[in-house]
Amino acid sequence: MRDMTQPILSVTGLERRYGARIGCTDVGFDLYPGEVLGIVGESGSGKSTLLSCLAGHQGVDAGSVTYDGRDVLAMAETERRRLARTEWAYVHQHARDGLRMSVSAGANVGERLMATGHRHYGEIRAAAVDWLGRVEIAEDRIDDRPTAFSGGMQQRLQIARNLVTGPRLVFMDEPTGGLDVSVQARLLDLLRGLVRDMGLSVIIVTHDLAVVRLLADRLMVMKSGRVVEQGLTDQVLDDPQHAYTQLLVSSVLQV
Amino acid sequence: MIHVENLSKTFTLHNQGGTVIPVMAGANLHVDPGECVGLVGRSGSGKSTLMRMIHGNYLPAGGSIRIAGVQMAGAEPRRVIALRRDTLGYVSQFLRVLPRVPTVEVVAEPLRALGVAQLDAQARAECLLWRLNIPRRLWSLSPTTFSGGEQQRVNIARGFVHPFPVLLLDEPTASLDAQNREVVLALILEAKARGAAILGIFHDEEARARVCDRLVDVTGFTPARPSGGQAA
Amino acid sequence: MSDYNFAYLDEQTKRMIRRAILKALAIPGYQVPFASREMPMPYGWGTGGVQLTAACLVPEDRLKVIDQGADDTTNAVSIRKFFQRTAGVDVTTDTTEATLIQTRHRIPETPLTQGQILVYQVPIPEPLRFLEPRETETRKMHELEEYGLMHVKLYEDIARHGQIATSYDYPVKVEGRYVMDPSPIPKFDNPKLSDSPAIQLFGAGREQRIYALPPYTQVVSLDFEDHPFDPSKADHDCDLCGASASYLDEVITDDQGGRMFVCSDTDYCTTRTGMGHRGRLAEDAA
Repeated sequence: MRDMTQPILSVTGLERRYGARIGCTDVGFDLYPGEVLGIVGESGSGKSTLLSCLAGHQGVDAGSVTYDGRDVLAMAETERRRLARTEWAYVHQHARDGLRMSVSAGANVGERLMATGHRHYGEIRAAAVDWLGRVEIAEDRIDDRPTAFSGGMQQRLQIARNLVTGPRLVFMDEPTGGLDVSVQARLLDLLRGLVRDMGLSVIIVTHDLAVVRLLADRLMVMKSGRVVEQGLTDQVLDDPQHAYTQLLVSSVLQV
Repeated sequence: MIHVENLSKTFTLHNQGGTVIPVMAGANLHVDPGECVGLVGRSGSGKSTLMRMIHGNYLPAGGSIRIAGVQMAGAEPRRVIALRRDTLGYVSQFLRVLPRVPTVEVVAEPLRALGVAQLDAQARAECLLWRLNIPRRLWSLSPTTFSGGEQQRVNIARGFVHPFPVLLLDEPTASLDAQNREVVLALILEAKARGAAILGIFHDEEARARVCDRLVDVTGFTPARPSGGQAA
Repeated sequence: MSDYNFAYLDEQTKRMIRRAILKALAIPGYQVPFASREMPMPYGWGTGGVQLTAACLVPEDRLKVIDQGADDTTNAVSIRKFFQRTAGVDVTTDTTEATLIQTRHRIPETPLTQGQILVYQVPIPEPLRFLEPRETETRKMHELEEYGLMHVKLYEDIARHGQIATSYDYPVKVEGRYVMDPSPIPKFDNPKLSDSPAIQLFGAGREQRIYALPPYTQVVSLDFEDHPFDPSKADHDCDLCGASASYLDEVITDDQGGRMFVCSDTDYCTTRTGMGHRGRLAEDAA
């Protein structure tokens, strides 16, 4: 049993600059096992920069990131990339960025298994069938390429491809962006079930407050590269303290 | 189980010239196990505000809220979430769910979050839906398309599916017919009997009289308004 | 002889290539970049192999050049003539006599011996190129031994064809470290890569890469546990020499559906017929 009282990811004083311009600065938080942290803010607020820094896709200028007691920033690239394909997962906004479009759905799901040393075709294929089922893609599509899939299916395939190795920490960048609302709802429901059943810790970046309301336990609001407010999701949305959050919440169109 | 001491609340409207609106001061309240306390006071006096602070979605300006020994004011989000998962149940006036999720799963969700097995959770959810007279043919549909009264009952089923030691009820009988109102009142009385501490807002005076052991008038917690101020 | 420097290339270039060869031998399977020169032949005709041969040749060498196993095809003949003219070395078609063999897409059937050098012509040296077009990324993958992608390719084969359909250019792992493209030799030849007493050098002229297998290097063809590597060949004997264990070419003999199977290694086949071995159609063909 894993220690649930220790944060799985601990971030302090994180800063990323582009010359004189601030990507993000002074970001700090603890993420505990099983927690879903939403990061919201408008375009250019630094939320995507923060996510890619945390996932090691770009360097940072200051601060520390500790994963499961290990210093991520000081880690050798070999180890970080090993983490990235085993215990971490990264769901891109555009499924094309996270999928191999030229190989079949089955190979897309199986790749992480093969990358971690699985060498039994039958077992890899069985795992792919199982995961396609979990993300509600029919088994007979297993040999089709993702180019033949709809946007929602591509996104679900990307999720299956990422979760097949049973990761502990999932980074999501606008996972429902660009999808129809009905497809969005289905995806959110799927994600929620997976988060609960697999005990995933998730950091989800989005500008959609409805998405975080339904998915995130906790919310971090960013503006101009800084965290202006953080707290329990419904508290931040129902009783926002910072001027920017109040503006953000009051700007949402009510349906 | 619920201890509220010297609680106060202000809203600061940053986008309206930084206006600070004090809405509550010096609120004191306690609810013991097996007890049902009703909040009363005219509309706008802060009943829902107090309830939301206890639930944790409004941030108190000062004072203390302890639930089952846990200090809610200033608690880490994950403490609040853990408390909501196993101890603190809440029936709000509005049903807020993901579209497309079947009603029976909406109701079973609090149990699933506690790790109860799928079939077990579903059985308990169905039992409550049946008691609350939600027609069986609706169980597999999303409640988002239901009538107001049906949604209200789904919300109640969700709040009672797990035997929460502490329950917050915001107008649980508001849009119900006589028959379903009886079912809800029976559920509340059963919860009291098993020792739950219940805090509720009931506009329905008869219902209030049947389930509440004590009433607390929140008008007494309304701070003096700046001259010319209107009730928020 | 001629007005060319020995073996066409200038001494500085040969030194540069020899350095790359030494590095390649020191890190078996690793692709060493080198400053590939313009050669008096088009890319795709073996410019990489020719530069390796030029850098290795000494006047005492006996050179053999084969193309798909044959000594007498245009490509083999021109390269052989090229070195006869620019280096004046002896040439041979006999595998056992040769000290240096330049080959396109085959390994001779006759086992190689210590002291021999086998030079391969390589079109695309990067085995990961099929699925990852970015050179920066494939280099990183070699560096970090991230080879899951190679199996993705094999997985796709099985998913599509029911078996690993890759029949040439079949990827291998060298000494448990680098995944290497063995050049487009038939997978039938893959087992000969491993534990060979000869030095094996691979040159890609257009892609400017050299890699190598020093003698007695372990080379394993990639596969799945439930779909093991199978170095299959056409299920026939050679119709000329009767050999049952050599790689065969299928030759269409008329427009009535007539065909024959013959050894792709012409030296091997003629040596066998010289020793009196006869295949199904030996008299007719002769």
